[in-house]
Amino acid sequence: MTSTPMPAPTPSTPVTPPSQAPTDAGFQTGPLVDPAQAKVPGGTMIAIDAISKWYGDFQVLTNCTTKVSKGEVVVVCGPSGSGKSTLIKCVNALEPFQKGQITVADTKVMDKATNLPKLRSRVGMVFQHFELFPHLSITENLTIAQRKVLGRPKEDAQKRGLDLLARVGLSAHANKYPGQLSGGQQQRVAIARALAMNPIVMLFDEPTSALDPEMVGEVLDVMVELARDGMTMMVVTHEMGFARKVADRVIFMDRGEIVEDAKKEDFFGQPRSERAQQFLSKILQH
Amino acid sequence: MNYNWNWGIFFEASPEGTGTYADMLLSGLLWTIATALCSWIIAFFLGSLVGVMRTLPSKAANAVGTAYVELFRNIPLLVQMFLWYFVLPELLPQSLGNALKQLPNAPFYTGVVCLGFFTASRVAEQVRAGIQSLPRGQKMAGTAMGFTVAQTYRYVILPNAYRVILPPMTSEFLNNLKNTSVALTIGLLELTARARSMQEFSFQVFEAFTAATLIYVLVNLVVITAASFLERGVAVPGQR
Repeated sequence: MTSTPMPAPTPSTPVTPPSQAPTDAGFQTGPLVDPAQAKVPGGTMIAIDAISKWYGDFQVLTNCTTKVSKGEVVVVCGPSGSGKSTLIKCVNALEPFQKGQITVADTKVMDKATNLPKLRSRVGMVFQHFELFPHLSITENLTIAQRKVLGRPKEDAQKRGLDLLARVGLSAHANKYPGQLSGGQQQRVAIARALAMNPIVMLFDEPTSALDPEMVGEVLDVMVELARDGMTMMVVTHEMGFARKVADRVIFMDRGEIVEDAKKEDFFGQPRSERAQQFLSKILQH
Repeated sequence: MNYNWNWGIFFEASPEGTGTYADMLLSGLLWTIATALCSWIIAFFLGSLVGVMRTLPSKAANAVGTAYVELFRNIPLLVQMFLWYFVLPELLPQSLGNALKQLPNAPFYTGVVCLGFFTASRVAEQVRAGIQSLPRGQKMAGTAMGFTVAQTYRYVILPNAYRVILPPMTSEFLNNLKNTSVALTIGLLELTARARSMQEFSFQVFEAFTAATLIYVLVNLVVITAASFLERGVAVPGQR
């Protein structure tokens, strides 16, 4: 994985007005993360407490426990079918689980009293296949949830959406439709769409797996920048370069269990489990 | 074949006293169109609701939706007409049943409701197929952004599903339009009924049914043209 090194963003630089932003001209300076949202590292953002999940008789998650602190970037990796996508989808209850509990910003996910739409609106999610809404223009994709879920006035939503579109370098495409953009561009829009909701945490479910190799870099660049801006992130990915660069911790999963949960340095230096060592030797060979 | 052709028959006065045979067919056409449009409104909204119910996670909603579809698509339309028109008023409390029987234009109202409910079961299946043809991730994306189930359907799923099913829905609309002719059995004076009475009055069976056939084909062609404009109008740039 090669991604171009990025200068550290300077929060004081004003965001370029979208109308003047150049076409797909890389990234503008300025924070992707709302400074008010960039939490001081410390407290727990996501606490996953002994969750288990079954599809019928088949157990996909077994007693998974971990936590993500505010401002922390956690990469989840593992062979396919290891349950990592399922785990991340449990965090905002896209997948229900039968045992254990997940707490996001002190709110219990599996609790009848929890207003799930409200909780989800504060948890940004980026999918493997982008999942932009194909019948809506890029601008509408960026604004619809702000307006219908958060109740923002149209002008405010549009300003926020177009600011973020400029930040991912796609201002010129505001009036196009998802089907007219490349995969990498669509994924950058999808990230901007999630950020438009001012999320307190971002979940990425294999965000680069469906991309052509030459587009992986542009998406990872946005994610690296996001991490450096202090966003709390949980990222399911095979991009070990990304993990090395910005992750604080790496979780390794296999057959529905968290096998390794270690600081990045420890994970890449000396994984304790044999399975993680095998996995790493396989994917780092190439 | 010894047949006395008379194409001028359309401009002769009909035995009804007012207007010509052509006027008679025209009034039949208007009843056909009115019945088709009104029943389509019921079919579209009720069918969409039932179709959506069959895609919800709720088992109860699923069961109700499935029961509806199987009930209304497995009984012949003609039998349904008779049930609504002749049987239902007898099953209701007497005063209500009598009121139904004495309703002015009762065949029209009954025909509209019967056709609407029948076609709704077919529309429901189209809607369900359209929804299930969408990538599962679309629903997830809507949900993940904080949309409620209703909002996900309103803003994400249905706009896409309707685009997918526009061609088969056009067919359903045409079927519905042609099925209005079944309502002649309960006394609705729509186009086919009018062609039949023209034949009985004038014995010009070929002229009467040629005219009816051409009118049906023409109306359907208009619908097809409108549908293709609609299809182009709602096409999403960059898709397929």
